[in-house]
Parts: sequence; structure tokens; C-alpha cells
Amino acid sequence: MTSSKGVVNGSFEEGGYVPSQRRVERERFKRARARRAVGVAALSTLVTAVVLFLVITRSPGWPRTRETFFSAAYARKALPEVLDGLLLNLRLLVVCGAAVLVLGLLLAVARTLRGPVFFPLRALATAYTDFFRGLPLIICLLMVVFGVPALRLQGVTTDPVMLGGTALVLTYSAYVAEVFRAGIESVHPSQRAAARSLGLSGGQTLRFVVLPQAVRRVVPPLLNDLVSLQKDTGLVSIAGAVDAVYAAQIIAGRDFNFTPYVVAGLVFVALTIPMTRGTDWITARMDRKRAQGGLV
Amino acid sequence: MSTTDDTPRPADGAVGHEAPGDGPVLRLESVRKTYGRGTVVLRDVDLAVPAHTVTTLIGASGSGKSTLLRCAGLLEEIDDGAIFLDGAEITDPRSDADSVRRRIGVVFQAYNLFPHMTVLDNITLAPRRVHGMPRAQAEARARELLERLGLGGRGGEYPDRLSGGQQQRVAIVRALAGRPRLLLLDEVTAALDPELVGEVLGVVRDLKEEGMTMVIATHEMGFAREVADQVCFLDGGVVVERGTPEQVFGDPQHDRTRQFLRRIIQAGRL
Repeated sequence: MTSSKGVVNGSFEEGGYVPSQRRVERERFKRARARRAVGVAALSTLVTAVVLFLVITRSPGWPRTRETFFSAAYARKALPEVLDGLLLNLRLLVVCGAAVLVLGLLLAVARTLRGPVFFPLRALATAYTDFFRGLPLIICLLMVVFGVPALRLQGVTTDPVMLGGTALVLTYSAYVAEVFRAGIESVHPSQRAAARSLGLSGGQTLRFVVLPQAVRRVVPPLLNDLVSLQKDTGLVSIAGAVDAVYAAQIIAGRDFNFTPYVVAGLVFVALTIPMTRGTDWITARMDRKRAQGGLV
Repeated sequence: MSTTDDTPRPADGAVGHEAPGDGPVLRLESVRKTYGRGTVVLRDVDLAVPAHTVTTLIGASGSGKSTLLRCAGLLEEIDDGAIFLDGAEITDPRSDADSVRRRIGVVFQAYNLFPHMTVLDNITLAPRRVHGMPRAQAEARARELLERLGLGGRGGEYPDRLSGGQQQRVAIVRALAGRPRLLLLDEVTAALDPELVGEVLGVVRDLKEEGMTMVIATHEMGFAREVADQVCFLDGGVVVERGTPEQVFGDPQHDRTRQFLRRIIQAGRL
């Protein structure tokens, strides 16, 4: 390339360009259309909200319902205790989430290993996921939380939180392993061929080429499982640990008012939303970097 | 601007569908396209493609050939200017883009066949779902087109089982199945082995004989010269030179065209 070198990928905008009348008109029309669309959406949202509001507040049981479920006084009283309990949920989520991701990834990799040498490993991983995916979480919890202490093993914890967390990891790693495996298998075989052709070993291919692509694809379903895990951390309360839901239950039982449940529910929702938006943002940014763009 | 008003070819009508009007099928008027912040990919591009003629776009990689085709196929939004199909502006935000795309066939460099569908399903998807054609009729027509392009009996196969040349011919059949008014071909042989290039170019030649209106971006200079009624040399998003193949290849007026052709000849591609 000689003279055209500087403009191979288009050249930079110089000051001389002035939008044509056609463009100005076109953009004005598009803006008007966008405004109209926003207007229609806003109006229909408003109408729906008003109708819902009227239907609910005009219902015969509303005053009573508001007092039992949406009492500001009870909410204020319950919030500190619920938040205290939430700390347990959060601790469990962080520790179990990390353990689940690591164990799930290991299981998925074990299931995708090829060759007769790895048969026992493959079979073990398959049996593990089959079993723990099928076993209801609550039964798994009961077995671990009450069964393990009953063995009276030396040096094994009887702490319900530790044991409950273990049960959560057992079940959730089976789910997550399947998500990772789907991601690994969705990477086109040509990618593996290209990596091996460069002399990368099977392990290196997995680590540098297959897994990065696989993990990226399964971020949304993984998040799904993590949110689900976050809510299921509350189940450790069956062994007596006080988490946000159990704290709410205690207050509700004491005061005969359901507001603490609503508070606990909202707290959980408030936790998941930033997580979801965060991953949305990350995946959107990755897409922008790679995609070709275009109109369709 | 039009240098190609030599005799319009008689329409065979078997491939393309006819629309009234004597004007150019496709016309670009001062089209401008930028990417990101300030990278101008097309700058004030004017182009007219009369019915039953072939226009080839030549130029280095990144000169804007593909972008021009993508804009004309309404796969990219232009920043300024206008594009007309049969005299009607298709870049007007009031026009129905889907109905325009129905009338324009696009063949991509990387085939872009749907890997989860058989060849026949790839071809009949749009006729059945967009044009509302009954399955039997759509399949009969697909088989006939496949037969014509030397792919008879391949309808039941999945794209990954075919060679590159066969896949690209299937992609051409898929683009033709909706009886487009205009066919846009974007570097359709760039991903093919040399011995497979011929079979695809042969198909394009046949389409020209049948009177299909086409715009072809290509690196195959011999082909660009042979098949074209009009050759268009792009550089840096600008149409530097436009004319008959004899004019552009035989007697280029611009320095940049001459340099480009010299490099091509040095590379042994002409």
C-alpha cells in the first residue's frame, strides 16, 4: 500500500462536513417518532399503574391488609433484625458461591475429558451431577445437617451453618457443572483444532481457548443459579441458624404481623438487582467490543 | 454519472422479479457512512445501477466496498444522503425496511448459512415464512434452483457437510429464492479455494445472462472486468473512478486507480 495507506480504514472526519437538509429532516423525524414511542409507553404504564392502584386500594380487605403487610411501624422495627440475619445470607452466598463455581467448573471439565484413562474421573463426575441434581435440596440439607453430627466423628464440625453451607455447595455445584458443560460444548470444534494445531496441549487448549469462550457464554445462566443460591441460603435456618427470613419469621410470630416478611423479601430483591444489572453491563460491554454492529 | 446505458438485457424473468420503471434499479445519492467517532467509511458516494446490468466494486480492503453493499441492503444505517430502489427512497425512516430487504438479495463472504437447517430449509425459510408460499411450492422451486446451480440432490444435507463452493452456491440460491429485484454479492469468492472459485463465478455469469441486476464487490479483477457493465473503484470511502471495464482497466484517469491496478498486476491477480 502506498498513498492510500492512511485511509485504508476510512479517513478521519475533517471539519468540512455539513449535514445535509435531508439528514436534518430525517433525524428530526426519528426524534419525533422516538418521543411518540416514549409517550405511548409512559401513558400505558401510567394507566396500568393507576388501574392496579385503584383495584387494590378499593378492595374491601385493603385497610386490614395494609396494616398486616405494609405497616411502616413494624417495618422500622423489623429492619435491623432482618439486616442482621441478612449478614448470614451474604456470608453464605460469598463462600458457597465461590466454592460452587470452582467445584462446578472442575466437575464440568472432568466430564468433558476424553480418552479411556479418564474414564473413572468422568464416571465419577457424571454420577455426582446426576445424583445431586436429582436430590431435593431440602433433603440434602437435612441429611447433612442432622446426619453428619449423628456420626459423632472426631474433628468434624457440628455447626449448622458450616454443614448447611456444605449441603448447598453439594447441590448447587451439580447445577453449575451442567451450565459450564453446556458452555464448553458450545465452543465450536474448529477452535479446539486451531489451538491444537498451534501445539497447545489439551489442557492449555481448555484453559486459554475453550474456557474463556465457554465462561463468557454462560454468564447469564450462572447468574441465575447464583441468585437462586442466594435465596436458598435461607434454608440453613432449618438447622436453627438465624438468617433474614428466619429473623422475619420470629418477629412475625411474636407480633402477629406479616410486615417483616415483606421487608425481608424486599431486601433480597434489592440485593439481586445490582448483581443482575452488573452482569448485564459487563456482557453488553463485551459484545460491543466484539460485534460487527449494524442495523439488524 | 451513468456510463452503462448500453442495451438493457432482455429479462428472462425466471430469476429476478420485475418491477416497473425505466430508471436505475439502485441509486445512491451522496451517501455518507461513519463508524464510531469520526471514522468516515463512505464519503459522498453516488452510484446508479440500471436494470439488468452488473456493477463491480473494486478497491483495497477497507476501501468501503462491503460497507456500501451493507448500506444498500439496509443492513447498516447511513448517516447522510439517500438510497433509492426503483426510484423510491429506502433510507427514509418512514419506509418499511423489511419489505425493502425482501426485494434485495444479499450473498455474504462467509456464506452465513443457518447451520441448524438443511439446505432445503435454508432456502425455503424466507419464501415460506416471509412470502407465505406453501411448503410444497417453495420446495419445488428450491429444488429447481438447486438443480440449475448443479446442486441437485443436496437439499437434504446440512451446510457443514458441503464444500465451500457448494455452500456459497446454496447461499446464492437462498438469496434468489425470494425473487429479488437486486442481488448484492459481497466478496463471494474470497473464502474459497481457487478451484472452487470458478464454480461460483460461473453461477454469477449465468445470472447475468438471465438479466439479474447485481452489484458485486470483488477482489477477482479478471472477473470484475469480464462480468461488469460498470466498474467502480473505491479508495478511502470515495468513488475515485467509475466507467466501463474498458475505461477503468484500460485507460484509468486517476493516479490512485493506476497505482491500485499496478499493485494488482504485480501481485499477479490480473
